[in-house]
Amino acid sequence: MPFAQAPAPTAPAPGRSGDRLGPASAEPRRPDLGQLRSFYRDMALTRAFDRAATALQRQGELALWAPSLGQEAAQVGSAHALGPHDWVFPSYREHGVLLSRGVDPRRLLGLFRGADNGGWDPSEQRVHLYTLVVGAQALPAVGYGIGLALDGDPGAVVVYLGDGATSQGEVCEALVWAASCAAPVLFLIQNNGWAISTPTRTQARVELARRGEGFGVPGERVDGNDAEACHAATAAALARIRAGEGPQLIEALTYRIGPHTTSDDPSRYRRPEEEAEWAARDPLALARARLEELGAADAAFFAEVEAAGEALAASAREHCLGIKPERLDQVFEWAYATPHALVAEELATLAAPGGPR
Amino acid sequence: MSVLAPAATVGLGQAINQALAAELAADRKVLVMGEDVGVLGGVFRVTGGLSERFGPERVRDTPLGEAGIVGTAIGLALRGYRPVCEIQFDGFVFPAFSQITTQLAKLRSRSRGRLAVPVTIRIPYGGRIGAVEHHSESPEALFAHTAGLRVVSPSNAQDAYDMTRAAIACPDPVIIFEPKSLYWSKGELVAGAERARDGDTLNQARLARRRPGAAVTLAAYGPSVPQALAAAGQLAGEGVEAEVIDLRAISPIDFDAIERSVAQTGRLVVVHEAPVFFGAGAEIAARITERCFYLLEAPVLRVGGYHLPYPPALLEQAYLPGPERVVAAVRQALAF
Repeated sequence: MPFAQAPAPTAPAPGRSGDRLGPASAEPRRPDLGQLRSFYRDMALTRAFDRAATALQRQGELALWAPSLGQEAAQVGSAHALGPHDWVFPSYREHGVLLSRGVDPRRLLGLFRGADNGGWDPSEQRVHLYTLVVGAQALPAVGYGIGLALDGDPGAVVVYLGDGATSQGEVCEALVWAASCAAPVLFLIQNNGWAISTPTRTQARVELARRGEGFGVPGERVDGNDAEACHAATAAALARIRAGEGPQLIEALTYRIGPHTTSDDPSRYRRPEEEAEWAARDPLALARARLEELGAADAAFFAEVEAAGEALAASAREHCLGIKPERLDQVFEWAYATPHALVAEELATLAAPGGPR
Repeated sequence: MSVLAPAATVGLGQAINQALAAELAADRKVLVMGEDVGVLGGVFRVTGGLSERFGPERVRDTPLGEAGIVGTAIGLALRGYRPVCEIQFDGFVFPAFSQITTQLAKLRSRSRGRLAVPVTIRIPYGGRIGAVEHHSESPEALFAHTAGLRVVSPSNAQDAYDMTRAAIACPDPVIIFEPKSLYWSKGELVAGAERARDGDTLNQARLARRRPGAAVTLAAYGPSVPQALAAAGQLAGEGVEAEVIDLRAISPIDFDAIERSVAQTGRLVVVHEAPVFFGAGAEIAARITERCFYLLEAPVLRVGGYHLPYPPALLEQAYLPGPERVVAAVRQALAF
């Protein structure tokens, strides 16, 4: 179909769950109840942590926060499909992915407090550092995947991108490279409807799921507010990658319930009706309803999860207030691996009589 | 003869808004384009209200891609438009770096002067706002180093207004580094009703003396001007009268005027947030040493950022050149 005739997607409409699910999800679901409970638990913890971080920003303890509110299913569902050998290259909003991979989300707070620019060891949970330059993680992710393949490593790379990032030239190059090199890379696009104030239709006049087609990267759209669907689609895509079918792409259709960051005011550019429609499709509420419908969780389970969320939120505040900022002499130390004469000279002025110059 | 509006007190960002509005009103070929510049009015609200007034065709919310913003602006300029691009933050300009350096800066020269590419690129830059990574950098030297570009940076509302209008009128590509820490800094603005002609006012954007003094010259631009003034105030308390000059432009640099000041003081300290290494201060030190070696009582000293990736925000006060470090440099210059 010529692009000109393709329907121009507006901000994703709610209530379209399951209408374009991939082959894996088209099979009848036999839900793994334990898995559903773990999705819910990680989503709820992500939500609790996110709220706590937003509150910390409001209290002046964080310089900024980028809420994941509303995207928990896309993040937790997809992340749970990753195997132990797989790697994550996130953007800057993947708090639920980090939590699901076992990165202590409190380690995110230093970045947003202005105390550090990283916060965790990427090799521990195979989660690369956050990338604040939109789309800049895509090419390194592909390179990492090429490296895994060269090494005969069974892992794949999942690179998380937003709808806005798909417009970046670098992301298009990443699709070219991934296809050309048959790199084991899954492009996981969370289409949350808005790039700050810019709706997805400004980025793309085709479904983002089709963004990779012309590059040779097949894609599918999945209901991003359905953790099971996100999990199934991610698992299937990773299976295709491991079977040697090359890079894959998933568009998880979701919604940024909150602002872009705590500096943003969405009421300036989007309709309250749209927000209300999506609030009715809150992924956490949907996950809870699903568990209740299946009789897979009782009141004690929900109470326990809630308590765990409260404990995480409380510890987030404590952790945040206790963060020791990096020192400038450490930044000098980390600038180069081997001595650099200029850095040594400047470092010496820090301790010079009369103060630094 | 220009008709002047009565003076008003506005923030530096608001002055740029007024300049953009004046240019959009004066010339239908002027376009504003960038991420979130339309309905939202930009993340700093510098383009606030322009979309409502001039419409989304002329105040354009673009897809999220800096190479796309600048690259298409070049094409629009070749077609006779005068695009004003907003890059959301300093650290996000680099996807556009190829378009700026390989296309924008060179087309006039490559076409033997036949092609004009009057693109203005606005880049909020600099630190002191406690921001996360890539939101506090000062990459101006990379652009000043590129022949074919003009690079300016205002330190107050009036200059911001005048430079913006002059940049849009200028037939050359102009990059305006806007000090985001001063967006809300208020100053008096006399808005001109008429447009600047042929970029003349940009050429005339010679440096300005912000404070007279005979003991030492402090040269600064953009966000470092208030820091230099604060240092001069502190030095005055010690009986040292520092002259503060605001360079306003770093490509070209008004070396004649710096030389005139140094001829009076014999000492020069250059202040900028950007790293000292290969920064604007290095060029100024070299040129002034070449031009007036025998007038100098001390080597030209530079105060600026360290040769480090911009540190986390909680460290920026230690990283950035504040009055204390400027004063320390002045003492060093006086001790020669």
